[in-house]
Amino acid sequence: MEKDAIVSIKNLTKQFPVGKGHFTALSDVNIEFGVGEFAGLVGPSGSGKTTLLNIIGSLDTPTAGTAMVMGQSISDLSHKQSALLRSRHIGFIFQTFNLLPVYTVYENVEFALLLQRMNSVERHKAVMEALEWVGLIDKMKSKPSMLSGGESQRVAIARAMVKKPKIVLADEPTANLDSKNSHHILQTMKKLNKELKVTFIFATHDEKVMKYLDRIVNLADGKIAADERITDHIKA
Amino acid sequence: MIRFIFKGLLRDRQRSLLPVLVVSTGVFLTVLMTGWLTGIFKDMIDVNADFTTGHVRVMTQAYAQNETQLPNDLAILGADDLTAELEKQYPEMEWVNRIRFGGLLDIPDSLGETRAQGQAVGIAVDLLNPQSKESERMNILRSIVQGKMPDNKGEALISEDFAVRFKVQVGDKVTLFGNTMNGAMMFSNFIVAGTVRFGVAMLDRGAVIIDLSDARNILDMQDASGEILGFSHAGYYDDEQAALIKSSFNETFTKADDEFSPVMLRLRDQNGLDEYLKLADSMSFIMILVFVIAMSIVLWNTGLLGGLRRYTEYGIRLALGEEKSHIYSTTMMEAVLIGIMGSIVGTVFGLALCGYLQTYGIDFGRVLDNSSMMMPQKFRAYITPRLFYIGFIPGTLAMVLGNALAGFAIYKRKTARLFKELEV
Repeated sequence: MEKDAIVSIKNLTKQFPVGKGHFTALSDVNIEFGVGEFAGLVGPSGSGKTTLLNIIGSLDTPTAGTAMVMGQSISDLSHKQSALLRSRHIGFIFQTFNLLPVYTVYENVEFALLLQRMNSVERHKAVMEALEWVGLIDKMKSKPSMLSGGESQRVAIARAMVKKPKIVLADEPTANLDSKNSHHILQTMKKLNKELKVTFIFATHDEKVMKYLDRIVNLADGKIAADERITDHIKA
Repeated sequence: MIRFIFKGLLRDRQRSLLPVLVVSTGVFLTVLMTGWLTGIFKDMIDVNADFTTGHVRVMTQAYAQNETQLPNDLAILGADDLTAELEKQYPEMEWVNRIRFGGLLDIPDSLGETRAQGQAVGIAVDLLNPQSKESERMNILRSIVQGKMPDNKGEALISEDFAVRFKVQVGDKVTLFGNTMNGAMMFSNFIVAGTVRFGVAMLDRGAVIIDLSDARNILDMQDASGEILGFSHAGYYDDEQAALIKSSFNETFTKADDEFSPVMLRLRDQNGLDEYLKLADSMSFIMILVFVIAMSIVLWNTGLLGGLRRYTEYGIRLALGEEKSHIYSTTMMEAVLIGIMGSIVGTVFGLALCGYLQTYGIDFGRVLDNSSMMMPQKFRAYITPRLFYIGFIPGTLAMVLGNALAGFAIYKRKTARLFKELEV
């Protein structure tokens, strides 16, 4: 394992039953992600990006091989332990924002902390801080239906970041956003990555996202086709 | 977390409105039916107690065996002494003498010839004694349709229906025909002081109410009474108290070899009231059971539909690190909250309608015209403290049961599959 690896995948295979046979979504994948990386899983639909993201997020388990996240084997975690891992250390950002529609912006962000049974004073402080990161203090009492796509995704980022996780998993976070909002969102995430040393792992095929990534892992037919680190020189 | 869930429920009407409506409807019906049936049974028992059975009743054994024939030849002799003894030994009850008798009421014309005749059910009670609670107990004053309470010997009250049928006016003279205690023919004139309608079909057909002293006089029953009735000072029937007094009295006074020795019966030993009391006890339980099952089925389906609608929410919550068991327990918490909200709404409306029915009732007089049972014609509800909480049992239980069944299906789904349904 790499010295600072926060995610370590070894010989990972994931198969889903289809009729009497099975479909192999990931095949013998080996990869590691270090602390504070801003990396992306890139590839066409069906290449296994979301499946790998789900396994790293302990929402699914490997069929074979190991997936170690923060030193814990995903296969060996009980339901309770995997829920605890998600609630404490992993944040999710979705393509469709997935905010809870009946709650306000403030309450959507607060919900992640309610699960941690944080006291109300600390909770309030943390929520306000997260809303400040994404610049939505003035919208804290609004319902998701009153927000634009960009604002909704910023709420989702605040919700993922409020608990100060070690890893943020973002599945096509800009797919429903226009160019301007996409850049704004990515800049926000990049800033948080730098300031809080949070590892960001994206699943994307959006060129706009790729421009911000420090590392691009190409997936094709469930296998790693390329793993490229992008230096500032290349980006420029 | 409860505050958070409660906010969600209030804001998401689709999540709360239909279940609240289902629960409140079920609770409303439970409260209403329980209140109404309680009222009907209570009225039936009260009417029987007030007019016929008392809370306990003392008769001779022979009279008790032939009670339907009103056999005053088998009445209690030395009734005043026995009453005094009862008052001494069982001061927790008020003891009153009554005589019931059958006869004919003859309505004369201006020449004194018979103009009309009808069967009469005579009830002799202590009307003229100002200390007596009998007129209040039998609700006589409020039942008077025309005229007034008898305030002199030789005055009678007759049923309003009888008076209308035979065109009898207040102040008219009527003649009562019958048998004395000793079997001799009896006839005696009374002045009609007033007419009454009790709302009890059996009495309203042809009741004649006279003072006890008049009855003793005309029936040759000095110091005798057909029945001695005991009424609890508390004003309601207490079966445990009645059983103790009955057992104590019968041990002392009832002799197996003397059919004229007195015997005491409880209210529930008489007129088949035991079955009614048992039915009243079990009716609420049966109704609650029926409503719990019916509402659970409806709420199960409502919960399933709601659960499907909330798959996205459950997926988000799983992703945020909430355990499946916690999601399941919060849906149970929601169920309890909805159950309580629905129960409050249903109880308020149920009590409101019970209150209306307690005041006004529903008149079943025409249906009961030919009834020989002592039943009130108006069926009223009766609000008891139990009605304030009884609806909460089916309300919360059905909601929790319905949601538990619906939520269980979601709980069994694999995390990855539930989460996958987030993807669009």
